[in-house]
Amino acid sequence: MADIKKKKVDVVVVGLGWTGALTAMELTSAGLNVVALERGGDRDTKPDFSYPRIADELEYALRYRLFQDFSKETCTLRYSPSETALPYRAYGAFLPGDGVGGAGSHWNGMLYRSLPEELNLRSYVTEKFGASLIPEDMTIQDYGVTYEELEPFYDKFEAICGTSGTAGVIKGKITGKGNPFEGSRSGDYPLPPLKDNVAQQLFAKAASEVGYHPYPAPAAHTSQVYTNPYGMQMGPCTYCGYCERFGCYNYSKASPNVCVMPALRLRKNFELRAHSHVTKVNLDDTKKNATGVTYIDAQGRTVEQPADLVVLCAYQLHNVRLLMLSGIGEQYDPATGKGTVGKNYAYQVGAGYTLFYDSNTHINPFVGTGAAGQAFDDLNTNQLDMGKLGAIGGSVVRLNLTGGRPIEQMHLPPGAPKWGAGWKKAIKDNYLTSVSFGISTSSMAYRNCYLDLDPTYKDAHGLPLLRMTFNLNDNDLKVAQDAVKQTRKVAQAMNAKQIVGAAKPLGSKFDLRPYQSTHNTGGAIMGERPDNSVVNKYLQSWDVPNVFVMGACAFPQNRAYNPTGPLAALTLWSLHHITTQYLKNPGALVQA
Amino acid sequence: MTDHDKSNKNQATGRRIFLTRSLAAGGAISALPLAALNPAQAAEPNPDFSTPVDNRPYTPTYFQEAEVAFLEAACGRLIPKDENGPGAVEAGVIEYLDRQMESGYGHAATWYMQGPFADAPPEFGYQSRLKPREVYRAGIAATNDYCKQHFDGKVFAELNDVQKDDILKQLEAGKITYDQVKASDFFSFLLNHTREGFLSDPIHGGNKGMVGWKLIGFPGARADFYDWVGRNEQYPLGPVSISGERG
Repeated sequence: MADIKKKKVDVVVVGLGWTGALTAMELTSAGLNVVALERGGDRDTKPDFSYPRIADELEYALRYRLFQDFSKETCTLRYSPSETALPYRAYGAFLPGDGVGGAGSHWNGMLYRSLPEELNLRSYVTEKFGASLIPEDMTIQDYGVTYEELEPFYDKFEAICGTSGTAGVIKGKITGKGNPFEGSRSGDYPLPPLKDNVAQQLFAKAASEVGYHPYPAPAAHTSQVYTNPYGMQMGPCTYCGYCERFGCYNYSKASPNVCVMPALRLRKNFELRAHSHVTKVNLDDTKKNATGVTYIDAQGRTVEQPADLVVLCAYQLHNVRLLMLSGIGEQYDPATGKGTVGKNYAYQVGAGYTLFYDSNTHINPFVGTGAAGQAFDDLNTNQLDMGKLGAIGGSVVRLNLTGGRPIEQMHLPPGAPKWGAGWKKAIKDNYLTSVSFGISTSSMAYRNCYLDLDPTYKDAHGLPLLRMTFNLNDNDLKVAQDAVKQTRKVAQAMNAKQIVGAAKPLGSKFDLRPYQSTHNTGGAIMGERPDNSVVNKYLQSWDVPNVFVMGACAFPQNRAYNPTGPLAALTLWSLHHITTQYLKNPGALVQA
Repeated sequence: MTDHDKSNKNQATGRRIFLTRSLAAGGAISALPLAALNPAQAAEPNPDFSTPVDNRPYTPTYFQEAEVAFLEAACGRLIPKDENGPGAVEAGVIEYLDRQMESGYGHAATWYMQGPFADAPPEFGYQSRLKPREVYRAGIAATNDYCKQHFDGKVFAELNDVQKDDILKQLEAGKITYDQVKASDFFSFLLNHTREGFLSDPIHGGNKGMVGWKLIGFPGARADFYDWVGRNEQYPLGPVSISGERG
């Protein structure tokens, strides 16, 4: 029994990152009373991201000040269904956020749309290369929504963020400036691209010379002064070099804190409750209708918050765990293939090149932004000859200098000593003149990569941790290796003193220690039918229609690009259908 | 001995750290590459903008005398003082480490530390029940015991540089193992934290005089390079700390 029962509200939003802030904004605009429950603390640009304290690599990048507190909750990992999982104890491979703004406060701001082919991947591969290319244990599927349907919502999110970039295709016409392989846009970006630093200039020139099609990477950083559709003001990015893992002190990096929250906080039909940790979505006896949520407040009391509509907006891992803890949908079982909750957990594969120049090339790595860069898509999902390669997926290749923070962002050539006088000389000789470009490769979905509840390890409240059964797969490693092979000519054309390529060999195991990306996807996937998905094309639970589940947990498999673009566009698409259809006639938007 | 001296757990250490700080403070003024400055910036730094450097000796609160001696010996080999400038000891890394041990990090305050604990392949990351401060305590004691056994009763700090480097290399390669603590956890903490202390903002106790940043050319907490984007030129300003200290 709850210690406290609150008065019923129209909507309860669980988690206040990007998807939660957008949900609260759009549903308060529709006249609904919205309560947002955030398990972390309240955060705002001032005081949480203020200069100069924010310019502290140790505190924010290595002591993870803005991230989830693992002492309260983490997840466990095992490589295959027959193993015993162990907890992810100290920060490494991925870094879920915490607090108001969530990961949207401390992301890098890389804001990519979907390639049209990503959204109907299974159909695309089948039609173009034949169904036999898809291995039996690869459980990829179409999203159930098309690029054309999502385009207006991409446009809207880019406007909310004050996105800087250059369109490659507008209304079906290739502009000759941006990415020629992108889906057709209704218009250009809200702002022109940010300026290129020296390394980006070298990379773009080299990529063009060898026949690739570089374009300015779309960045959720303002290149000029800007006011977004919610009336929020932003100023030009200073290239401070403190982006990912940090909050922006300058109102330049788009975040819920900068782009949504100041407007939302003024609304009388909105209430934020920080330090409110939701443990369960409550269902009535039919199990087809949610009655609200139960949470633990800052004083440790159990609180019941009744609501007509429950929108799960926590991080991907937490949304999936909440569904499991609440008994919404059937747990996926890899042995039988039955059940959908937890299915198709996916990640990404990273690779790249590091370039070492002599002292005449001033890389000045500290002149950095989280997202501005030069990229090319010649090896991405809709360009790669998957049939020839014998593997499915794609890679985006990008030089994007996020900063030169000396503890973690320094490059040393292979063979340089790890300590001693030799290390000192190596850091002195290489810090100002080295840079890397990255290759981000998609991760497909597989039968044995999934999420469920751990039988042994518990969180601070005694509830089971989420268990991740996952390992790297040779299909994805093959796509990454191919990209490294193909792009060697780009690295060579950049005329460095030394180039060093890095690709994981086939058979590599997932390693929890080094940071890779916080691009965890799947587990509450969307699709066309209830037997292969957790939510329908509007992110509505097939099982409990007054529960919507926003975020990257909806991706049926992961792509090469960063996930924020589609997870935000899907949220706005879902909200459009909630406000225009669901509210008039609450119930399933798609008949099962 | 005066009361003041008695209260200082390690006189020798205190004096060395004191000397280190004086050196770092003196070095802070002259490190700007004058040739790189444009005429407007080449003038002497305005003394009104300089921040006084704290010259009081630091008294460790977590590490004990023998542990400080170990850390000075080990960190001094990991990042030695040499022709490229001050090393870890001169940069205040011992103070940095001691303060880290007393911080939430030293107590693993935000790590998942519930059992059961099990041995695991390295890819599963940190799986020990020991908090970082406990790893140091056990790791230093075990290393000194190992040295005593192999070097006629001498502890690590009493070895010569070649012997110290050899022990560190063996720890790094996993050739020495201990019962109380995973030697590889200990070495990786020691190395990573020593680098952190050399390269993090001086507000955390290390990188005194911003010697680590000056070595590589990192301008510190300036955090605004709008006018230097795309310029293939050396950045003209020296580092600045969050505290306002300039180098």
